[in-house]
Formats: sequence, structure tokens, C-alpha cells
Amino acid sequence: MAGFFHDNLSYFLSGISVGGQYALIAIGYTMVYGILRLINFAHGDVFMCAGLVMVYFSSSFPFTISIPLVIIATVLLGFFIERVAYRPLRSAPRMSVMISAIGVSYLLQNAALYFTGGLAKVYPSIPFLSDTVVIWDATTKMVTLVTPFLTIALVIVLTLLIKHTKTGMAMRAVSRDFETSQLMGIKINSVISMTFVIGSLLAAVASLLYFTNYASVTPTSGSMPGLKAFVAAVFGGIGSIPGAVIGGFIIGICENIIRGGSSIFNIPGTGWTTFSDAFTFAFLIVILVVKPTGLFGEKAVDKV
Amino acid sequence: MNREKRNRLIVIWVGVAAVYLAVLICELTLRPTAMLLTVLKKGAIYSLVAVSMNLLNGFTGLFSLGQAGFMLIGAYTYAILTMPSEVKTSQSVYKYYECFITFDTGVFAGLLAAGLIAALFAFLIGWPVLRLKSDYLAIATLGFAEIIRAICQWDVLGPVTNGANLLRSYIDLTRVIIPFTDIPFPPTLFVFIVSGVCILLIVLLINSSYGRAFKAIRDDETAAEAMGINLFRHKELSFVISSFFAGVSGALLAMFQYTVQAQQFKTMMTYEILLIVVIGGIGSISGSCIASFLYITLSEWWLRGLDMGTFLGINAPGIFRSGFRKLVFSLIIMVIVLFFSRGIMGDKELSLTRMRLAFRRASSRLRKEAHS
Repeated sequence: MAGFFHDNLSYFLSGISVGGQYALIAIGYTMVYGILRLINFAHGDVFMCAGLVMVYFSSSFPFTISIPLVIIATVLLGFFIERVAYRPLRSAPRMSVMISAIGVSYLLQNAALYFTGGLAKVYPSIPFLSDTVVIWDATTKMVTLVTPFLTIALVIVLTLLIKHTKTGMAMRAVSRDFETSQLMGIKINSVISMTFVIGSLLAAVASLLYFTNYASVTPTSGSMPGLKAFVAAVFGGIGSIPGAVIGGFIIGICENIIRGGSSIFNIPGTGWTTFSDAFTFAFLIVILVVKPTGLFGEKAVDKV
Repeated sequence: MNREKRNRLIVIWVGVAAVYLAVLICELTLRPTAMLLTVLKKGAIYSLVAVSMNLLNGFTGLFSLGQAGFMLIGAYTYAILTMPSEVKTSQSVYKYYECFITFDTGVFAGLLAAGLIAALFAFLIGWPVLRLKSDYLAIATLGFAEIIRAICQWDVLGPVTNGANLLRSYIDLTRVIIPFTDIPFPPTLFVFIVSGVCILLIVLLINSSYGRAFKAIRDDETAAEAMGINLFRHKELSFVISSFFAGVSGALLAMFQYTVQAQQFKTMMTYEILLIVVIGGIGSISGSCIASFLYITLSEWWLRGLDMGTFLGINAPGIFRSGFRKLVFSLIIMVIVLFFSRGIMGDKELSLTRMRLAFRRASSRLRKEAHS
């Protein structure tokens, strides 16, 4: 047993690390969905933009300046997307907002394609995070070890924020009942902006961790992690932050176990990587059919 | 009333016949590589898939994002079935795999099979997925399309799908012949006829009692159910039929491109089709067709200069470089989504009466302005 773990440790480690990154992205999805009932299709692309911005900033600033700048830029991007693309459609049918989100996703990807010229940009290696470490004979980057702890720390801060501050209380109220909380004097728009700010901030942190592992950014590199993080959010029960985190870790770990299928299950083949992508979505469909509310989601009641 | 209806039908058919005649004339007079013909072909293919998506999203109210997946199934089915068996065994396409399917079929059987296989998959996946509500349905169908793409590239299925390698040497548009003769079928006309027949079938469906049931479901599920419409059966029907036509359009796209690869049918493609539907107007067949042709003409032809350095006589290679066209495009789309969410046609169809009315209104407004 110990030998088995020893041989496949790299898969488990990268599973935990990718899982933490998915968890951070998934929080953005789950918070926005909890409040606006909108799948923010552009969230994965915001994550990709954070990666690209880091590439450009790090070439002209030292890391101590460029990392905060990236986080600020991503937060501003998320804030403006909500302002420009979602706020005008607040009273429109849900389908139009979702189409708008798809439009934003399309716009961000095409903008990234234009500015990068379609080339994969090499992600800078951040000192400390991209140092290699050897754990029990498995070589990995420092980021693999940092991610789970950082994720959990951020989630604890976020939970405290939501449980114990006035903004957090407002968020909970709005996600429970949009109209009533408006009548109670909660400034809906600032609550929604705050949600997008938090979501984008976490996406920026996730992009720092994720791209350090993957070393290059392309205009489409945000869509897959984005969709997987969304699956994680659905699995954990959309609207629930602990659910999103647990979902993120489970999806990340399962995906990497499947990716290492040839050595873990001892079945040879080169198709395991493509199969791991398919697995996530098959998993999504199974969850939606068996338990659409996810692990911690609340059952929505349709009122006629 | 009846005579009016008959007159209207005559006008429509004359219009359609004129379009087909124009296409045939273009085909016979222009070089086969002319840009106009390429745009017409691709426009017709996109019209079909946009209309099929509109059937789901606009007429049944099911927000599905699986279109690219069904097109992929159609394209692969067609390519695999119509590839001549000597090509399949000769290792020129199936380099790393022993081809599993050793027979080959004709064009029409291939197209029909493309639709049927796509419909079969839709039937299977619709069973669990169509019970979901709006956005969950969107994400589940999107996921389904991704699964299909991954499975098509899976090396275990290599003997059927050729793994992640491309498929070619099947019957493409230039190799279609008129049945029972040796005369090559004019390619653009062929695409127009197949797309046209399919769109006609969708229009007939929408105008039937099934179509009215679909619209009832779109407008209010609960009320529709109370009126005795079996929600699930009608949703499944709409989903299967829409996927059938998406499959056919995927096959046409494969014919148009000469090669086909699973890599191409990404989520982005579904987004593009959805945005075409939105530009045309959700719930308008003619809108979808107009928007498809407009989209293809702009992106393939008129706005090409934006990518090439010179546009409208302005030469600025620094700005007008690769990708600028798509950026401009997505900005236009965002403007349409935000400010003109009804699209070109709204949920109305193109009609002479309405055009005449609009013209009269505009001219009377002009006259009023001239007076004052």
C-alpha cells in the first residue's frame, strides 16, 4: 500500500493542488449563482485574463509590485464586467443575462487572442512558488504544497466575512430573497458588485497558483478550468461556499487519479488525459440527474 | 382570407425560387473558388444549424448548448460512412488503426445517417438531461458536447474515429454527382437544397400542432402542462429533431471543409451559433438565416481587411492585425446583446406586408419632417 502511494504520489499531490485552484475559482461561480442565479460563463476567462496580465506586468515590474497589480486589475475587470454586461439586464429574462455572459466570454477570449497574437505566453516563474521540492521522492513545485493551505486560509477568511460582517449578512439576505432584501433597504447593486469583486480576487489568486504549475497562458486556457470549477460548484451544491471547496478538491483529485490511470489502475493507454476531461462532465450529468442540489445545496421550490 | 394566404404562399415560393435561381446562376458564371460562393455555402450551413438551435432555444425555450457536439457526431458519422472502403483499408487515412467499418455509403445515406446518429445520441442524453431547469440544462448539454469531443479523440475508439487524427478523402462537396447521372452537382446549389429542405421541415414542424405545443412550453411550462401537454415528451421531441438537423449541418460542414477533426468542435463554436441566433432574433427562422449569412459574409469576407492590415483604405498594420476582426465582432455582438436584445427580426418573420408597413411608416415620417 505504501509502495502504491509512493509510486503515484505525484498524481495525488497535483490532484490536491489543482483541486485547491478549482476550489478558488468555484467560489466565484457559486457566489454569483447564489445571488444572481446566473452562470457567469465569463469567470473562467477572467481567470485567464489574470494570467495574461501577470505575464505582461511581470516583464516590467518586480514581483512584489506586479502580483498586487494583477489582483487589482482582475478585481477591476470583474467589477466592470458586472457593471457593463450584467447590470443593464437586471430585469431582463434569465436567458438574456446568460447570453450576455457568453458574449463576454467570447469577447475576452477574442481580446486575448488579439493582444497575444494567438501565441502561448510563457508564465513567469514566481520565486518561492516555482521552486522545486522533493517530497518522498516525488519532485514537485512549491506551489503544490502552498495551494491547499492558502485555499483553506482564504476560505476561512471568506466564511468569517460572510458570517460576521454587515456586507456578508447582506449577501446572505440577497441570496435568500432578492426582492425582499431590496425592500429591507439593502443596496442590491453594491452587494452584487462586492460578490464579483470577491470572486475575481479569488480567481486572480487561483491564476497565480494554476499558471505557475502550467507555465504557459493561451486565450483558451481559462475555459477548461472554468468549466471544471463550475462542475465543482454544482457538485458541492451551488450557492454553498464549503460545498464549492469540497467539490473543487474532489474534482481535482479524481481528475488526476484518472490522468494517472495507466499506472494507478495498471491499464496501459494514452487516452487517459482526454478521458479525465470527459469524466468531469460525465460526473456533472450524473450529479445533476441524481442530486441536482449537490452536496450542500438548498432545495429550490418553484412557486407558480 | 384564404386567397390572401394563398397569395402569400405564392410570393414566398416565388421568392425562394428566385434565390435558388440566383445561386445557380452565380454557380455557373463565377469561378468555383470565388469568395461569394464560399460565403454562400458556409452561410447556408450555418443557417441550418442556427435554425436548429432556434427550434430549441427560441421555440421550445430549452437553453441548450450542445450544438457543437451534435455537429461533431454528424460530421464524423458522415465522414466515416462515405469514405470509400479502399481508402479505409489503404492506410492513407487510418495510419495507426485498423479501420473497423469497412463498408461505405452514398452521400444521401451518409447525410441521413449523420442526422439519425446525432438524433439517437440526443434521445439518449435527453432522457436524463431534459428534466433539468434552464441553466442546469445549458451546462449539462455543454458538458455533453465536451464528452463527445473527448470520446471522439480517445485512442480506444481509434478504429472508428481515427483517434485525434483528422478524417479526409470522404465524399466532399466537389464529388457529389446528380443521382443516376455522371454530372457533378453544383456544390453551392447542393448545400442550398439540403439546408433549404431541412429548414422547410423545421418551419412545417413549428407551424404544426407540435410547434404550438413547443411555444406553449416556452411561454409557460406550468400552464402548458395544465393544458394537457406532455412536457417531457415534447421537450424530447424538440431536442431530438433539433439534434438531427444539427447532425446534418455538421455533415454538410464536413463536406464543405474536405477534412474534419474533433478538435474544431469546441464550446466556442456553440457560442458562435448561439450569438448568430441572438443577432437574428430568438424565435425567428428568417432572422436566423439572415444573421447566419450576415455573420459569415462579414467574418469571412467584408471584415477580412481588419485582419490583413488594410480596411476601408486605412492602412494600419499595427492595429489591423490578426484577431482584430474577431475582437470588433465580439464588441458588435455585445452591443447587440445589451442594447438590441431583440436582434434583427425579434420574434417576427420576414414578410412583405410588414416590410411594406415599415416602409410606409418611414416615408410618412419623412414627409412629416419635410412639412415641419
